[in-house]
Amino acid sequence: MRTVNSTQQYRLAEIRKVFARDQVALDRIVLTVCRGERVALIGPSGAGKTTLFRLLNCTLRPTSGKLWIDDEDVESLNGKDLRRTRSRIGSVYQQHNLVPRLRVIHNVLAGQLGRWATLQSLLSLFKPADVEIARQALQQVGMPEKLLERTDELSGGQQQRVAIARVLVQNPDVILADEPVSSVDPSLASTIVRLLIEISQNRHKTLIVSLHSVDLALAYFPRVIGIKEGRVSFDLETSKITEGMLEDLYSGNFRDHSMTEAISERVQSVAYPSVG
Amino acid sequence: MKESNPSLIRPSDKSFFPYIFTALFVLAFVDSWRRADIDPVVFFEKKGQEALWKFLTGMFPPDVSWNFISLMLRPALETIQISLWGTLIAVAIGFPLGLLGTHTLAVRGILNDAELQGAPVRRGMRYGLYFLARGLLSLFRSIPEFVWAFMFVRAVGLGPFPGVLAIGVAYGGMLGKVYSEIFEAVNYRPLEALQSVGANKLQIFFYGWFPQALPNFVSYTLYRWECAVRASAILGLVGAGGLGQQIEISMRMFNFNEVLTILIILFMMVAAVDYISAKTRAML
Repeated sequence: MRTVNSTQQYRLAEIRKVFARDQVALDRIVLTVCRGERVALIGPSGAGKTTLFRLLNCTLRPTSGKLWIDDEDVESLNGKDLRRTRSRIGSVYQQHNLVPRLRVIHNVLAGQLGRWATLQSLLSLFKPADVEIARQALQQVGMPEKLLERTDELSGGQQQRVAIARVLVQNPDVILADEPVSSVDPSLASTIVRLLIEISQNRHKTLIVSLHSVDLALAYFPRVIGIKEGRVSFDLETSKITEGMLEDLYSGNFRDHSMTEAISERVQSVAYPSVG
Repeated sequence: MKESNPSLIRPSDKSFFPYIFTALFVLAFVDSWRRADIDPVVFFEKKGQEALWKFLTGMFPPDVSWNFISLMLRPALETIQISLWGTLIAVAIGFPLGLLGTHTLAVRGILNDAELQGAPVRRGMRYGLYFLARGLLSLFRSIPEFVWAFMFVRAVGLGPFPGVLAIGVAYGGMLGKVYSEIFEAVNYRPLEALQSVGANKLQIFFYGWFPQALPNFVSYTLYRWECAVRASAILGLVGAGGLGQQIEISMRMFNFNEVLTILIILFMMVAAVDYISAKTRAML
């Protein structure tokens, strides 16, 4: 079912990301992802998956190395161009990252912000523009009746669907999801992964999902990339992945696990002091 | 608390520090007693007691004649009006400056990383604006509203207007500082998501920042309004209109019963404002 398309969606050459105090989050990442491909990222926590995710959706810039999106060098992008590129990449986060006090419709229509003028988006908070688009997006994730509810009144799984509806409205070329199912209960996890795959197939979008669950990655994705300690540990078709590779990927983590996690948390708090 | 060598703070270790500290502490109070003219003997001397008695009995009964109260209605209303416009101006000053002075919005964190990495000129300009806003805010609030009123009376003449300006400027400084703290305390994750959609800073502000900050924003602004009602009563003492001016006049004429009436009116006004803002906060 893989769409054959030679155009490169992403090309990463020798990407490094170093945070304050010389904490190396990513080290010499080389990677190519074609249009319409579906890729899973797996690896222990603290391996750099989230940092990679933030580089791919242009939230962060690499410290060194080159990143091309659609053959466009990201380094040269600024201001309006940077925002336009971001608007072509949809992101789904682990904690869905919705604005809790807004109604569902506004969180869904936030997908339009890259297209809307500032004044128009402000007015939409009072009188929603594009109600029909929002309704359709919610219909697709299976909860059209929640349109006017306040977002913080929904359950975790429902909020994750709202976040996916936001991506539907955004209608990007690429969908990135960073651990989209680790904060929803297991029975919902595969539903949400399947929803993402369905969307990417129906609308021919590139899909890159980082996952905690190796099973989900192997079950639903034709290509899996293992990331460990900021480097690509393997990058293969799913059928070629062996038990040994997976063991290697997660090995040493029973001892080091808590440490890498502690480091990655510190990196986060140094670079982005949690403001909460 | 800074860590210090324990031996320094244990008196048994032949350290002079605790003795010196205690001596300075006592000296500060003794010296201040003298220089602040603290004189409790006043309460026991015949002359002092007479003055106190005259003042207290003079207040009773309060002047509740319609004649006087009707005269006070206008200044009372004026006090409220000063506080309303003062607070409005304070918001108009504090809001934009508070925004510019918000660390995570202006210069640091995940919303600025991509834009400012490798762009020293832009970074410099952002920091310049940030420090300018911070500086203005602290200048505005470090001068008490009373002193601002004093200066504005000289600048624009007697009346309620200098009171409005004084509250606007001084409270603008306080509001701006607190607004920036409220904005900084907002959960940044939804903001990161909005940014990744391609939203610009203002859109991120309207969709993510402000909705999250709204309850704190409203309740602190209302609290400042309460303070402004009290303040605008005092500002009248330096000639900036409102009830304060009436207190000053009655005091000078030794009409203490009128003073008590005005204090009662003031008390009722502040209680009413308290009530209104509590109700509004409960609605959020």
